[in-house]
Amino acid sequence: MTDIGTSRPAAQAFELVLDKGESRVVEFEVRARSPLQKLQHFLHANPTAVPAIVLLLGVAAFGFTVGPRFLSMFNLSLIIQQVTIIGVIGAAQTLIVITAGIDLSVGAIMVLCSVIMGKLAVTMGLPAPIALLVGVGAGAGCGVLNGTLVTRLKLPPFIVTLGTWSIFFALNLWYSASETLRSQEVAKIAPLLQALGTPVNVLGARFTYGSFFMLGLVALIWFVLNRTAFGRHLYAVGDDPDAARLAGIRTDRILFSVYVIAGVICALGAWALIGRIGSISPQAGQTANLDSITAVVVGGASLFGGRGSIIGTLIGALIVGVFRNGLALSDVDVLWQEFAVGWLIIIAVALDQWIRKVSA
Amino acid sequence: MNAGPNVPGTVPLLQARGLNKRYGRVTALDHADFDLYQGEILAVIGDNGAGKSSLIRALSGALVPDAGEIKLAGKPVAFRSPLDAQAAGIETVYQTLALSPSLSIADNMFLGRELRRPGALGTFCRMLDRKAMQRIAREKLTELGLMTVQSINQRVETLSGGQRQGVAVARAAAFGSRVVIMDEPTAALGVKESRRVLDLILDVRARGVSVVLISHNMPHVFEIADRIHIHRLGRRLTVIDPKAYTMSDAVAFMTGARAPIDVAA
Repeated sequence: MTDIGTSRPAAQAFELVLDKGESRVVEFEVRARSPLQKLQHFLHANPTAVPAIVLLLGVAAFGFTVGPRFLSMFNLSLIIQQVTIIGVIGAAQTLIVITAGIDLSVGAIMVLCSVIMGKLAVTMGLPAPIALLVGVGAGAGCGVLNGTLVTRLKLPPFIVTLGTWSIFFALNLWYSASETLRSQEVAKIAPLLQALGTPVNVLGARFTYGSFFMLGLVALIWFVLNRTAFGRHLYAVGDDPDAARLAGIRTDRILFSVYVIAGVICALGAWALIGRIGSISPQAGQTANLDSITAVVVGGASLFGGRGSIIGTLIGALIVGVFRNGLALSDVDVLWQEFAVGWLIIIAVALDQWIRKVSA
Repeated sequence: MNAGPNVPGTVPLLQARGLNKRYGRVTALDHADFDLYQGEILAVIGDNGAGKSSLIRALSGALVPDAGEIKLAGKPVAFRSPLDAQAAGIETVYQTLALSPSLSIADNMFLGRELRRPGALGTFCRMLDRKAMQRIAREKLTELGLMTVQSINQRVETLSGGQRQGVAVARAAAFGSRVVIMDEPTAALGVKESRRVLDLILDVRARGVSVVLISHNMPHVFEIADRIHIHRLGRRLTVIDPKAYTMSDAVAFMTGARAPIDVAA
């Protein structure tokens, strides 16, 4: 047993036959696939294809049933306005979901920040830019709390943000004394807070600065996710945190910063929210939490982490907007809108599961 | 066979003394010692649960020992994370491979040490130099000759187990400037691919880089190792010269069937 092979390449006796063997290293078998399997593979390789197709089908269906009232430039641009808030908050949610986390407190952070901005600028008379900055700082602070609890105490993000959701919402009610600042007051004292609501008319379409702000944010996040190391690390951490750590990524630092960034984005969402509704109410944006998760999930991101795209979330938000708007124009009761959105979520997740089972 | 320049009396490149690590009541490392010389292939063998993985995780920064000292080229080092060990030129192929399935081959090769664009785009926008990373990744994989892949931008989850192992091995070989640690690098590979990895290990040594090979494959260990470190019950039992002992001897030592006479090779 001590005879040690000294010649390369076939050093073990059983390897001598290798020379006679096949010399091909690996070849990809081209199997005949059924059309369904082909579709599955296509969707696996192009994760945003599903939401994009659903969006087009939705627009076509409502265009066909509702007609020009739905397809008018004005109405289509209105949908974009309607999804501004979900788009911004969904962008924050996307970053968290990619790391296999979830943030249930996004809506509460947004409302809390809007109340802080309003109270400082309108009630206390501070210059509006300072009020905005303090609001953004408060959003970052909320993110620091979430991030600290997730990375230091190692609590599951779901539990952490379920708790901070209540905490931030309670702080919001306390700080605002449950009072709403009326739109006229805000417009008179601190018009900067409503700046993102400024309308822009293009060819019969009506956008707001907020719509462009949302699109700009989406573009920026796309760049960060796809063209910077930080973005790649987000996916790696969500995919397999242990592997990411062994590869030399400081996973806790990535996780912590993603919650802080989400907090800042929510604060910017607060600014967009004031622009959208004019007034500042501690009861506003109640649905933003779940709507943001809906947009992310319908947009093709996986709640198990490592998968998802910001473009998908934007499309997901638009899908929800199109369904709500189209059903409303069809004079369908609000409850059926909720019914439809519910099925959208379930179908989206079922589809994600099916695509994941793709045979390599 | 080249026995490596591990002349007795020279300073080991990587040395550990008295490493301890406990998980509750379980002792993973019990005053473990370790010596790796410049340009040698050191095999580490041991029974399951002997603490081989804990030992290499301590050397690669993935585990912080409770006590003990690690020296690199004679200087004490304290690795708090794999990043520290990587910065010191120590690369590791983990048994789990430590790849991110949803990222591409190129992304995985450069995970944690991405290249940025030159100029303002890289400095201020922190933009990645994807072209350069893809080119280098392709070169490294081709050099290795481990496999053909359809595209360097293929997601790792679409690769076979052997191909994934190839990516992990290529990554370590490409970046390890002083020490490459491989934990069961041929476990998922076929006969032919295993041979390529063994050749690669010899190539790495030829560059003057030291290799630590953890393996259960005795024929491979006896074929390419310059020295064999036998780990048992959380510590180094002995180090043997593969030319002076048989595989049966080694197995007897590592299972405790026979006690080694105290001869460190």
